[in-house]
Amino acid sequence: MVNSVTNLGRSGVFDWMIQRVTAYVLALYTVFLFGFVLTTDINYDSWSALFDQTWFRIFTLLALLSIGAHAWVGLWTVTTDYIKATLPRFLVQALCGLAMFVYLVWGIQILWGL
Amino acid sequence: MPILTYQPSASGLFRPRGTKRECESAVNSKRPVNLDLGKFHFPLPAITSILHRVSGIIIFVGVAFMLYGLQLSLSGEEGFSRVSDLLDSFLAKLITWGILSALLYHLVAGIKHLLMDMGIGEELESGRLAAKATVVISVILILLAGVWVW
Repeated sequence: MVNSVTNLGRSGVFDWMIQRVTAYVLALYTVFLFGFVLTTDINYDSWSALFDQTWFRIFTLLALLSIGAHAWVGLWTVTTDYIKATLPRFLVQALCGLAMFVYLVWGIQILWGL
Repeated sequence: MPILTYQPSASGLFRPRGTKRECESAVNSKRPVNLDLGKFHFPLPAITSILHRVSGIIIFVGVAFMLYGLQLSLSGEEGFSRVSDLLDSFLAKLITWGILSALLYHLVAGIKHLLMDMGIGEELESGRLAAKATVVISVILILLAGVWVW
């Protein structure tokens, strides 16, 4: 039995909720982006115009936050299933957490160019 | 004592233990010994489930590539054309197709999950059918993505 102190929502029901809500956000973002790329002539102007719009930056940031939460729940489940020893599991989870944090800050930098 | 006439049924319940040979044959015939795990195979829904996990991990790693591409493409005209040039190489196309494949599979399998939340495809037969549909739909999308990348 793995201690639940490392899971995001601190309970399975919360984790389930987080996983579903972020799944809807990510599915919408993915479908939108596929739709845009397939229906628009992609060049620098059209591409940067999309990311110049505030609503799309917010949508992208929402997707990035969703990736972080969604991946945490998913990778937590996978690591607790396959890595039984506490220290290696903790290290892998810490690495995943660090990667998510880097993704988030990097993404904000790309979107708003600090 | 008429009550004794009912005793035969009790003798059926409390049968004497079998001989050693009988016990051995019962064990050999009813209990699977030395299971050959190599001969077991996963049912399709189990395979689609593990692929969902694998594709999730691939996407998580792939986000780094996507963010790198996004940053370069938005850095200016030059950066955008550099991404276009990069995407001309076989390796970059392969990586792009790999990430797209994981993403498309994860999306299709994820939508199956959301449908199951609504009570669709939860029974044995419908679950198997949903797993088959997941494989078929994502294979079609992955092939289309490959055509699109190349």
